[in-house]
Amino acid sequence: MRNNPFKLALLFSIALLAVLFTIAASAAEAARPLPGESVYQLDFPVTDQLGISSPWASARGKVQVVSMFYTSCRYVCPLLVDTLKRVENSIPEAQRRGLQLRLISFDPARDDVAALASVATKRKLDPARWRLLRTSADHVRELAAVLDIQYRQLEDGEFNHASRIVLLDPDGRILASSEKLGSADPPFVAATMEALDRANQSGSVDTVR
Amino acid sequence: MKRTTRPQRFGRLFAELAVLLLLATTTTAADYRALPAGTFNSVLPPDGKVASAKVDAFAMRSVPVTNEEFLAFVQANPQWRRDRVAAVFADPRYLARWSSPLEAGPDARPHQPVTEVSWFAARAYCASEKARLPQWHEWEYAAAADTDRADARGDARWRERILSWYARPSTEPLAEVGSEANFYGLRDLHGLVWEWVDDVSALMVGGDNREQGDPDLLRFCGAGALSLKQTENFAVLMRIAMLSSLKAADTTRNLGFRCVRDIHPLQETHRAE
Repeated sequence: MRNNPFKLALLFSIALLAVLFTIAASAAEAARPLPGESVYQLDFPVTDQLGISSPWASARGKVQVVSMFYTSCRYVCPLLVDTLKRVENSIPEAQRRGLQLRLISFDPARDDVAALASVATKRKLDPARWRLLRTSADHVRELAAVLDIQYRQLEDGEFNHASRIVLLDPDGRILASSEKLGSADPPFVAATMEALDRANQSGSVDTVR
Repeated sequence: MKRTTRPQRFGRLFAELAVLLLLATTTTAADYRALPAGTFNSVLPPDGKVASAKVDAFAMRSVPVTNEEFLAFVQANPQWRRDRVAAVFADPRYLARWSSPLEAGPDARPHQPVTEVSWFAARAYCASEKARLPQWHEWEYAAAADTDRADARGDARWRERILSWYARPSTEPLAEVGSEANFYGLRDLHGLVWEWVDDVSALMVGGDNREQGDPDLLRFCGAGALSLKQTENFAVLMRIAMLSSLKAADTTRNLGFRCVRDIHPLQETHRAE
């Protein structure tokens, strides 16, 4: 009766449970399920103004302010960039680190990496935070659909489009939107700050990126 | 001539089998009808003003997608089951008429058109058929035909007949697909269900012609909201008004879809043989 088999079995089970628990906990951390409402349910590659390709969903983990544009647009799109810059500048420097601004082109036929890069340079968009992106025409439609941005290509190559800016939480859920152009919409800025505060508290910003 | 080696014979046999399999699947697949390229006056001119719309040759499903067909799609693609679909792709009423996630049931007969499907789901279905949703102009072009004319829109009596469908209450059960074929061999374009189009988010319809200085103009880059033409064509205008009010995850009890395919020049010569 010195080697009590029950005692051994019990010890073994406890050890096994501990190991399983650790594995399960780390797996949950690594692959937190994506919420059903997330715009990152869409999965396709995008290429930025530096020519770097990545999955659209790799933006997960940061608070994002997103809109859509095209580089040859002379009237509303520059205003759209102004609006996003004003949102960016309304956020205190310390909080801005957790923020990313993404503009996706409606016009993949003409907006190549060079066209995107030229806008980024001309408008002095901080590459740490700003991503000007292109993807295939088919995915432009899907992206516009999840962001609820209406657009229409005209025969002369111009686009009609809504000038909606959208705030996404780190998991890609839409938190707020605004169609106000020119100045930063105060409720939109407030929602952005709140989202950044929450993301900083949960620490998800630094663990994911 | 060189004698074929065993692996070569196997290769040929394999290729022949593959061709047979391909033929078998295409004969059981959905019926698509070819439409020639054309130019027509759309209620939504492509320049927002007066230009005619141009469509390339394409092939369109002769009938809308049915419950039976959509069920097979959901079985093969479980991410589109109503209990598994991501909320961003379909609202809570998605396939709500079905009796369970994998059963259409008595309220959704096999040959009735499938409804309560979102734009995303319709698009995914068409991709599974190596097809896509039609552009608005393609749908409008196909739907301009009556039984013996490619464009019957000038006929007031025909317009009235289509319009009478919209007066029927939408609570009645849907008919099965397969009403009288139009000029192109297409059925049910009018009188059965509304149908998704791929560029639904392009149907930005303004209340009226936009004037310079209108505050709404600033919302859009370019020419602003669309203005509609041919206001006598109520049935088509109602369709646009309805479609333009939808978001891509929306579903309704009377909204279904059909798919189209591009016709490549190679296929065209093949068909002509």
